[in-house]
Amino acid sequence: MARATTQRSRIGWTIAAWFVALLIFFPILYTIITSLKTEQEAIAGFDLIPSFTLSSFEAVQSQNSYWRPFTNSVILSLGSTLLALVVAIPAAWAMAFSPTKRTKDILMWMLSTKMMPAVAVLVPIYLIFLRTGLMDTRIGLTVLLMLINLPIVVWMLYTYFREIPGEILEAARMDGASLRNEILYVLTPMAVPGIASTLLLNVILAWNEAFWTIQLTTTNAAPLSAFIASFSSPQGLFWAKLSAASVMAIAPILVLGWFSQKQLVRGLTFGAVK
Amino acid sequence: MGSITLKQVRKTFGDVEVIPGVDLEINDGEFVVFVGPSGCGKSTLLRLIAGLEDVTSGQIVIDGQDMTDAAPAKRKLAMVFQSYALYPHMSVRKNIAFPLKMAGMDAAQQEAKVKHAAGILNLTDYLDRRPGQLSGGQRQRVAIGRAIVREPSAFLFDEPLSNLDAALRVNMRVEISELHKKLATTMIYVTHDQVEAMTMADKIVVLRAGLIEQVGSPLELYRNPANRFVAGFIGSPNMNFLEGETARAMGAHAIGVRPEHFDLSKTEGLVAGTVGVAEHLGSDTFLHVHLDGGTQVVVRAKGEFPVDHGDRIYLTPQDGRVYRFDEKGLAL
Repeated sequence: MARATTQRSRIGWTIAAWFVALLIFFPILYTIITSLKTEQEAIAGFDLIPSFTLSSFEAVQSQNSYWRPFTNSVILSLGSTLLALVVAIPAAWAMAFSPTKRTKDILMWMLSTKMMPAVAVLVPIYLIFLRTGLMDTRIGLTVLLMLINLPIVVWMLYTYFREIPGEILEAARMDGASLRNEILYVLTPMAVPGIASTLLLNVILAWNEAFWTIQLTTTNAAPLSAFIASFSSPQGLFWAKLSAASVMAIAPILVLGWFSQKQLVRGLTFGAVK
Repeated sequence: MGSITLKQVRKTFGDVEVIPGVDLEINDGEFVVFVGPSGCGKSTLLRLIAGLEDVTSGQIVIDGQDMTDAAPAKRKLAMVFQSYALYPHMSVRKNIAFPLKMAGMDAAQQEAKVKHAAGILNLTDYLDRRPGQLSGGQRQRVAIGRAIVREPSAFLFDEPLSNLDAALRVNMRVEISELHKKLATTMIYVTHDQVEAMTMADKIVVLRAGLIEQVGSPLELYRNPANRFVAGFIGSPNMNFLEGETARAMGAHAIGVRPEHFDLSKTEGLVAGTVGVAEHLGSDTFLHVHLDGGTQVVVRAKGEFPVDHGDRIYLTPQDGRVYRFDEKGLAL
């Protein structure tokens, strides 16, 4: 009897879990479905069975080149991530291995900058970009995205580095390793899983960033997020094309996320479960 | 060469003074043990010598050279850590070779040195394994190997055996002692275990609250403790202390008698008590005795001694084996 109850409740929970998962995934699923419809079907109303036409994809490609924003997205997300790592690894090293009384405060302060709504600094940053000629440039946006995600990168690396026993670094120091060799031969190899998941997460965050990329670009540096946005307003409601553009924008990152699931989960829960 | 001199070495962490000022002379080739209860500053003192902590004031002289502000690697010392601190991503071979690689030695020479060290430490069969695939004792030997290849002027050991189980600890203790005899290099060894101190040291430095209580050979400390703290710390089981009438009769505030220095009798003696627990080990019998005055003492009887819980017993300290202490705990 007890066993039957467990079995029944297990089935119940499984169904509930699938239902919730489907609910969360549904917008993405419906976007994919809509992208495979004709415009008529798309505005006709709710329908889960599309006519499986690729015409929207063709139309999107012919109206606006996909490859330029795709290249921009790759450059912005990878560039800002690598730049962030170059800055964050030494920063996290210092915070993790020679902390001062203020280290915790600095970490909190860094995180607190993420709590501020981005729009609050839109005007100053817009003006800075405008006056320094960074508007619609890849370099300007790369630096901006790096700065925006830097707190998270430092935090993640800091948590990883904290897991590395300080005695091992001291041993390296006793063994005659310079600071450079200590970071290169001992710290970094030991932190590779952490650095990898930080890199992945940051690439995804930078790839999906839409607020600044839309505000500060027009064509030259516009990544895929701006590419999607360009299909929404000026040409009226073309749901199928908008969906096709969205699918093209999220596909690369979905694939990346799929293959790196394990790393990502480990990275996000690191320190929480030990 | 490996002589180390500490001159008025002081260390504070913020407002906390951990080492109020230590003078110490360590001669070349000596096996010196820093011993004391946890928090006495013995590890800090070792880390100051290693250069892993900066001294607040004072001077550290190694082989006649002032090394107070030198980087750890420049001091020609090698350290073995309590946690072994092996590089988990490197094989045993690479772990041992790491200091040589950092020194820029060529690969062939590195290999020869690694092989030699591995031979001394019975690690030859494990050179291609990762530290994670080794037992605790093997890891400790790798850590020692990494220290040996540098041919340091002194080895520093920070509680190297405390992560090992009891049986292995005894083995490694002997191995380290033999290694010292073989290499004849200065070794400084930190432990809270007075048995390790007694069995391994040429010279014991007893520390309490950052201060050196006494320096001497194991038997000097055993025979002539400078104060009540050293008397109680050195020797196992601990020395018994009696205060009150018995002590006053001998012109002292307190007297100390080691468990092995009581004559036992079932009929007469200086003090009387009741046996609480009798531990029969065959080679010895340890008696936990409740004296009539309320004090509890531990007494060691050679061989088998047929008493049990509740038996009356009389104790007499042996002549010349009674230590007398004044109110401040200093030996009289």
